[in-house]
Amino acid sequence: MSSYPWAAGYIDDGDRPKIVTSRFQHDDGFTLDRYHATGGYQGLRAALGRTPAEVHEEVKKATVLGRGGAGFPAGTKWGLMPAGKFPRYLVVNGDESEPGTYKDRLLMERDPHQLIEGCLIAAYAAGLSQVFLYIRGEMPLAHERVATALNEAYAAGYIGKHILGSKFSVDIVLHWGAGAYVVGEETALIESLEGKRGEPRLKPPFFPAAIGLYGQPTIVNNVETLSNLPWIAVNGAAAFTAIGTETSPGTRMVAVSGHVNRPGVYEIINGTTTFRDLLYGEEFCQGIRNGNELKAFVPGGGSAPWFTPEQLDLPFEGRQVGAAGSMLGSGAIMVMDHTTDIPKAALTLTHFYAAESCGQCTPCREGGTWLERVLQRVVDGRGSRADLDQLLEIGESICPGSFPHASSTTLGLAATPFPYKMTTICFVGPSAYAPVHSALTLFREEFEAKIVERKHIPVTVGAPEHE
Amino acid sequence: MSRLNEANTLLAKEIIGRYPKARSATIPLLHLSQQQNGHITNDAIAHIAELVGATSAEVLGTCTFYEMFKMEPVGKYLVNICGTMSCQLLGADELMHHAEHSLGVKAGGTTADGMFTLEHAECQAACTEAPNMQVNYRHCHRMTTEKFDQLIDDLRAGRLDGDIPQHGTLARVRQVIPAEKAAGVALPDVPVEPAWMADGGKS
Repeated sequence: MSSYPWAAGYIDDGDRPKIVTSRFQHDDGFTLDRYHATGGYQGLRAALGRTPAEVHEEVKKATVLGRGGAGFPAGTKWGLMPAGKFPRYLVVNGDESEPGTYKDRLLMERDPHQLIEGCLIAAYAAGLSQVFLYIRGEMPLAHERVATALNEAYAAGYIGKHILGSKFSVDIVLHWGAGAYVVGEETALIESLEGKRGEPRLKPPFFPAAIGLYGQPTIVNNVETLSNLPWIAVNGAAAFTAIGTETSPGTRMVAVSGHVNRPGVYEIINGTTTFRDLLYGEEFCQGIRNGNELKAFVPGGGSAPWFTPEQLDLPFEGRQVGAAGSMLGSGAIMVMDHTTDIPKAALTLTHFYAAESCGQCTPCREGGTWLERVLQRVVDGRGSRADLDQLLEIGESICPGSFPHASSTTLGLAATPFPYKMTTICFVGPSAYAPVHSALTLFREEFEAKIVERKHIPVTVGAPEHE
Repeated sequence: MSRLNEANTLLAKEIIGRYPKARSATIPLLHLSQQQNGHITNDAIAHIAELVGATSAEVLGTCTFYEMFKMEPVGKYLVNICGTMSCQLLGADELMHHAEHSLGVKAGGTTADGMFTLEHAECQAACTEAPNMQVNYRHCHRMTTEKFDQLIDDLRAGRLDGDIPQHGTLARVRQVIPAEKAAGVALPDVPVEPAWMADGGKS
């Protein structure tokens, strides 16, 4: 396996408990030999020694919150499948593409066996008859590493018929994506896996756990979520919940990028680590570049409303961040220093969601495009004051009512908590509006500074009068 | 020759056999076709439709939804420069301007020698290593204009042939499920409780 030019290595050298990134310190962490030498497939063996119900109960007790964005507990999700309906499927969401997010690709490239073992434990516990591992198309190294690992695992008897001599039999099929952000939404992922356009399905009433792939009960779990399971199967739920807080147990991978001194992917203690720790801490990002001032940051991926330095002391914990007007999403923080052109930064994100709209829902297809066009006009210095109100008006048609935002003592603003109402099937449309709304609410003067006032020039109709 | 060739047709049938419904293999087969021809042709669409039991229109509808499938020929190397937030904050615009100048094409264009197609791309899941780009989807982290020029030189001179295959070849390692080891597909219309779940899972 060759290495690509400048595909930089990743090392989180912080002295913290590592659950999912423990093998990242090894350059050969992706090989079966290294996996065996570091406790690999012991979780599967431990699980097979118990009944599926016992393993399911253990995962439920661990309260592994989904790491893809929604934060729904995995064990509870498995329990939502209708009893007695078979076959059931597991679809692994490896379509990581939320702006700012960089963790699932690392887990697939650097420790594919851990993910495979996690899939096997989930399939055993929840009675899932076939596993489809959907990897984003633009990640060929992840494809190669996971394909190699799957081939090794089949040869070693970990996957396939009568796994390790037991009654447990399941295939894991590696599936290729082909480039579409919206496919990260679980029902769009299922559509895509059925060979169709990746358009999200209408829900409720039916979630994939009830009606999913081919109309059968289906569990869609994120790569990081599943990668936690081998550790839980070996060490138990109590050891997992001993790390982190009651509402956010375990650890979490967080990518911090943008204007910081040491951007990186860190496995942090869930629930207690604050944004200040992450941005300024010695073992994390070590402050803002060039000693600059922090202006704003996106706390949970491109879809999340923005925070300012006033929110730095909040912990990385879902409920508190939600009450403060944003969300943790996919564990992605993007940092902007005082040199940042805020309207342009918002435009970059809005462009992303407008371009990635699948086109199904009018408010997203049209609204996203118009948000981008009007914002582009403002950024280019061709906008008017009415454009700023129009941006909010377009947003109102995607998300009626009050949209969440952070508090600001300087502006005398109280926080509006999550969530919001929406007129679209999925979150792509609201996500196009989130950066515009945050930027306009918190930094309106920067937009106004781009408005060139136009002088009123009276026009005379008809020929000029002569004396 | 733009239908799948004999070897690829056999491979296509093997891939189809892994899914409970053949149509699920549509995207993998489109990738296979793009690997064979460098882009997707109408004949390939028709052939894939035959293989998965869908109409050509259905396969075309899927094909055009996804960014990676190219209906027109592109260069040997697809150069994708990320322009999403973290990369934009750290110099993606400058990198794109440099790339346009140095390759002599605008974003979306292909160089006259057919070597490079330049594209503006969305988030590549490498935000902590910004600014990023990909060549045939292989990541190049923390790019500078100097590194860009060196990369293009190396690609032109064939020095990276071992690292970066030509456009269309996604992964050089394929999953192989040995017939004697396979658990088999779980057909949606065959409601069988998994063996390890029966009797409350007492094995």
